[in-house]
Parts: sequence; structure tokens; C-alpha cells
Amino acid sequence: MDFEYFTQLFLGGLTRGSIYALIALGYTMVYGIIELINFAHGEIYMIGAFTGLIISSVLTMMGMPTLAVIVLAGMAAIIYSCSYGYTIEKIAYKPLRNAPRLSALISAIGMSLFLQNYVLLAQTSDFLPFPSLVPNFAFWEPYSHIISSAELMILLTTLIVMILLTLLIKFTKIGKAMRATSQDKVMASLLGINVDQVISATFVVGSATAAIGGILIASHIGQINFYMGFIAGIKAFVAAVLGGIGSIPGAVLGSFVLGWTESFFTGYISSDYEDVFAFIFLVVILIFRPSGILGRSQAQKV
Amino acid sequence: MLKIRNVQAFYGNIQALKNISMDVKEGEIITLIGANGAGKSTTLMTICGVVPVRSGEIIFEGQTINKMPTNKIVALGINQVPEGRHIFPYLTVMENLDMGTFLRSDKDGIKQDLDYIFTLFPRLAERRNQAGGTLSGGEQQMLAISRAIMTRPRLLLLDEPSLGLAPIITRQIFDIIKKINKENKTTIFLVEQNANLALKVADRGYVMENGVITMTDTGKNLLANEDVKKAYLGI
Repeated sequence: MDFEYFTQLFLGGLTRGSIYALIALGYTMVYGIIELINFAHGEIYMIGAFTGLIISSVLTMMGMPTLAVIVLAGMAAIIYSCSYGYTIEKIAYKPLRNAPRLSALISAIGMSLFLQNYVLLAQTSDFLPFPSLVPNFAFWEPYSHIISSAELMILLTTLIVMILLTLLIKFTKIGKAMRATSQDKVMASLLGINVDQVISATFVVGSATAAIGGILIASHIGQINFYMGFIAGIKAFVAAVLGGIGSIPGAVLGSFVLGWTESFFTGYISSDYEDVFAFIFLVVILIFRPSGILGRSQAQKV
Repeated sequence: MLKIRNVQAFYGNIQALKNISMDVKEGEIITLIGANGAGKSTTLMTICGVVPVRSGEIIFEGQTINKMPTNKIVALGINQVPEGRHIFPYLTVMENLDMGTFLRSDKDGIKQDLDYIFTLFPRLAERRNQAGGTLSGGEQQMLAISRAIMTRPRLLLLDEPSLGLAPIITRQIFDIIKKINKENKTTIFLVEQNANLALKVADRGYVMENGVITMTDTGKNLLANEDVKKAYLGI
């Protein structure tokens, strides 16, 4: 076996998994708190990419240095996506909080279609070229045949996001409130936690990581269109389910597993069946672990 | 301290509380007894704003609270240990206690209360890093009460603290309820099916039947009352 080829596939899978993880976090966090599959989440990611494109084009035209463009476009994408996430929750999900779960699910699908078509009308259905925001770092040149600067950037950013998110959830007040709310909403409110605020915060945090993912992947692949959120959203959703939906480490693990599955199968077998392999793998895992790799079993103590 | 005036509450179309009026005075232990489904837990949930009040009024220290969201009511100093304990199963004992201090920022006071709790329940100190869901029923009840103490409530609502516990642990829990009332001057509103035990510790009691308050008197008098004896004490 060619070791370098293996390493390439391994790192390729890791990069892919990182992007899935950034999106999957939003699915799993929202599910953990209100048990809703937020189908509009892929669109948040897409909107993040579009905001990044618009802002970075404007800034590049103004002649800003690359680093400033990355940071400012990234910030703009995060803020824009967060406000979308926040608003979607308020408009489409909050009024249905006590309705049957199916209603909220349908509302989520509606929201997803609405946002796709809104971007379609605003931005056309063409693939728009996305500038490569990450330059080829000179110091990385000797290793760039294994993993490019852009991919390295994706890995590092994901790592930083994961660390920040872990700190947020473990040690901050809002993070603790999120954990408590996801385990027992009534009790959380009886301890003085404003549950509505916690739910909003969850949507905002999930949207922020999705926006980061959107910018990174757009800059890596080099083109975006209004439909990009759909397949990425589905894949990330698969990753979240694979890892055990509702579990944050599960979503990350599931994403990497999915990334590697795709990368190795396409690398060693065929690239024509990339998605097929991903879903076969999902089915196999769910047969043996119905609640996902790190999912909690449904048994409840009365 | 707490005045409940002509409160009606519904679960869907079913009326759970019919014109309830009650008073809780500062520093006392009052109890609400009654059969399963009489509306006792609903009364507590209505006070906390979890179940909405359809008509009537709930006043806490001169302030109408029945239109406030739960977290605001809790911030006023009302806390509830709900039926079934509601421990956060995947948080450790320490984290569960920590959630009780969500609205507090007085570090010294929190430390002090934590020490107090660990002297009340040494068992919790031993298990501080264990997940809440893995504790026994009695330990969970201790944790639930401790978590409520950590909020420093002025009015503590306890829903069936004896439910599912061995008699010896029940007695221990009741001793501690009395202790909290004496030492911390916490007013206690106790809902119990174990009427005998509840009436013994309570200054006053209310009897509830099908969403209506049918009787109220001192704990002692209710213990001696023939109707109460027949219906709730099994004598």
C-alpha cells in the first residue's frame, strides 16, 4: 500500500469531516435542546457562504490585504448567518413550540425551501466563482503536496472552533444553561434559566459554526450556488445521526467517520459512488447502534 | 407572604384548580394534602408560572406574579423541588448543585451554602463527581432539595419529597425540611400524599379534593379531624 496516498486520503477525509462537523454541530445542538431537525440549517451555511462572497469581493475591490479580507468577511458571514438563525427560530419554530413535532418539522422544511428560493432570486442559479481567500503559505510549501494551505486552514479553524465551543459549553453560564435546558426544560426554568433565551443562543451558536464552514468550503472549492446548502446539510445531518443526534462529541466523531468513509471509498474503490458509500455506512451503523455511535439509549428511569 | 386568590387553572379543557385560595405566612411550614390527581402538583406549578392561571391572582410579597414568566418568579425567591425530583441526569452532583446558583453571584455565600449542604448530606459530598442519573432515589431527593437550597429560596415548594423513598430516608428528609425552616428561616410549602407525616411537621394544612380546597386548619387539628383521619390517614 502506498503510504503517501493513504495519508492524503486520510487528511482529505479529515478536511471533509471538519466541514461536516461545523454544520453538524448546529443540527445536533438544536436537536439536543428542542428535539427538532432544523432543515433550514443547510441554508444558513449557504447564506454564510454568500455573505462571505459579497463582502470579500467588495473588500478585495477596495484593495484590502488578504488577512483583513478573511477576517472581516468571516465576521460578516457569522453575524449575518446568526441573525438568520435567530430570526428563523423566532418566526418559524417558537410559535410551534407546543404544537405536535411534525408541524415544526414541516415549518423547517418550508423555511429551507423559502431561503433557497430567496437566494435563487437574489443571486441567480449560476455557480458563482468564490475567491480563494487562503493564500499558499510559503512555510507550508514543502508539505503542500500532502495537504494544501487551504485544507490546513480548514483543519485549524475547525480545531479552534471545537475548543472554543467546548469551553463555552463547559464553563460559561449560557453553556451550563444549555446543558441543563437540553436535559430538563421545566427544571431549568424552575432554577431561573430563561429557556427562550437559551434556545435563541443555541440557534445563534449553531449558525455561527455553519457560517464558518460555509466560508471555508466555498473558498476551498472555489464556487457556490443557492443549492449548496442542501446536499451539505443532508450530509452533515447524516453525520449528526451517525454520531448520535443531540450529542456534540457524537456530531464531531460522526462527521470525521463520514469524511473518512467517503474519502477512502472514493480513493480506493470509485468516486462515482461517493454518496452511496456514505449512506450505506450510515445504514450499517444504525443497524448495530440505532441511536448512533455516541447516542444515548432511550431508556428512561421513572 | 404568598396569597393565592380564587385561582382557576386548566390542563387543556380539564379544569384542574377550581377557585383556589390559600395563604402562606412568612416562616411557617404549610402543607397541602389530598389524593392523587386532586390538583396539588398543579397548584405548585401554577405558583411557579409553569401552568398558566386562567383567572384569579397570585400575590408574592405584594407583587402580582401570575403573569410573570417562570424564571422571573424564581428570581423573586420562590423555588420548587418538583415531583419526581428532576435531577439533570447527565450532570454530576456538583454540576447539579451549581445549576442551583444560576441566578447568584455571591461567591462566598455559595461556598458557605455548599458546605452547609455537605454537612446536611455527607453522602452527596462523597458522590460529588458522579452523574445525577446514577444516584439512588433517596440520594436524588437529597440532591434535589440541596439544589433548591442553593438557590437560597425564601419560599420553598416541595412536591412529594417522600415519594418512592424508604421510611428511614423519608424521616431523614423531613428532619432536614424542619431544619431548613428553623435555621434558614425558609418558608415551606409542602405537598404530600403521606398526610400523617406532613401534618405532623406542618404549622397549618390545607386539604384538597378534585381541585377544590375543602378544609383548612392547624396541622394538629387536621390530624385529629375525623374526616381527615378516615380519608387520608387510614385510621
